[in-house]
Amino acid sequence: MSLVFAGVCSHGPGITGRADMADPDDKATFYAAMDGMREQLEAAKPDAIIVIAAEHFANFFMNNMPAYCMGMGAEYTGPIEDPQWLGIERVTVPGNPDLSRRIIETVMNDVDVAYAEEWKFDHGISVPLNFLTPRYDLDVIPVNINCQGPPLTPLHRAYAFGQALRKACDAVPERIAIVGTGGISHWPATPDSGKINREWDESFLKDWAANDKEALLRFTDEETLRDGGQGGFEIRTFIAISGATEGLKANVDYYRPIPIFAVGCTVGTVDLNQ
Amino acid sequence: MSLYFTQKLLYELNRDPSLQAAFLEDKEAVLSQYQLDDEELEALRKPDIGMLYILGVNGQILMHYAAMCGYAWPEYIQAMRDALEVHGNVRAGIYATTDGKGAI
Repeated sequence: MSLVFAGVCSHGPGITGRADMADPDDKATFYAAMDGMREQLEAAKPDAIIVIAAEHFANFFMNNMPAYCMGMGAEYTGPIEDPQWLGIERVTVPGNPDLSRRIIETVMNDVDVAYAEEWKFDHGISVPLNFLTPRYDLDVIPVNINCQGPPLTPLHRAYAFGQALRKACDAVPERIAIVGTGGISHWPATPDSGKINREWDESFLKDWAANDKEALLRFTDEETLRDGGQGGFEIRTFIAISGATEGLKANVDYYRPIPIFAVGCTVGTVDLNQ
Repeated sequence: MSLYFTQKLLYELNRDPSLQAAFLEDKEAVLSQYQLDDEELEALRKPDIGMLYILGVNGQILMHYAAMCGYAWPEYIQAMRDALEVHGNVRAGIYATTDGKGAI
């Protein structure tokens, strides 16, 4: 089989943890967009979902930081955050080590990905799963791209990683969904929290929707930090989805800056039947 | 300055409930396992979340530790803003403020 679903969404912890502090219309419309993404995902009838996240020091630290890592566990737990703080209960999520191994082996033809049989989720994965697989009954394969501890993998490698993932998904019989989660511009967890560069976000999303590889890969990290903040480094997760869906245009189903969620909240999906 | 070990301690605390329990039981015993200078030790003992921010702790590590210490989100943001007033901008890392005037 191959990819049956591809998309991107935001994962800020405020989305669930500070939901009651948000403007009601902001919350309602974004939650509705996430519900819509779940409906598209369920309609695709995937056997497993690959979540490409930018984790926040839940598993990896600067003592041994992989640029790319994929989960190969039988199950995963999370979130590491206090459940009340995040607004998500701690759960055990099913993995699929056999499927993970087959995908990882193929990816390794192109990218020297690390793998992990233990993995704790943080909000980077727990927030999207809270909306997309709320019964936690779909096998998950977590993926991390280091977007936190520089030096970071170059953008063109994130695109190539997505291409490698696509090849690997095409090589297995299972139906695979793939979701990239991260921010566009944001300055999270700092006194600048809530600052969002709407113009930069909309420019990036225009290029993402067009899968304009040259445009997507043009940013230096210095430019991203200046215009998109520390959270802007997470564009790597969106770019990986572009790599996995090379040649295909995407839809931005929702975008709205929501300061209390500390990010321009986004839902995007790729029509795989173009 | 040993920002690396300050962050390593907080990283391990954030993801390990048993270390959290040990830290709450005997803070000094846990702190002694890391190579920390006096300024870092003081900020961790208090805890002084604002000072940890100024020392350069990555916000994604610090916000979890602040939550563990009982800081509500607005209190966490305010602690960093207050520290900026006293100490000036962040000394290391990539989490320096731009203007400290986010929307929250």
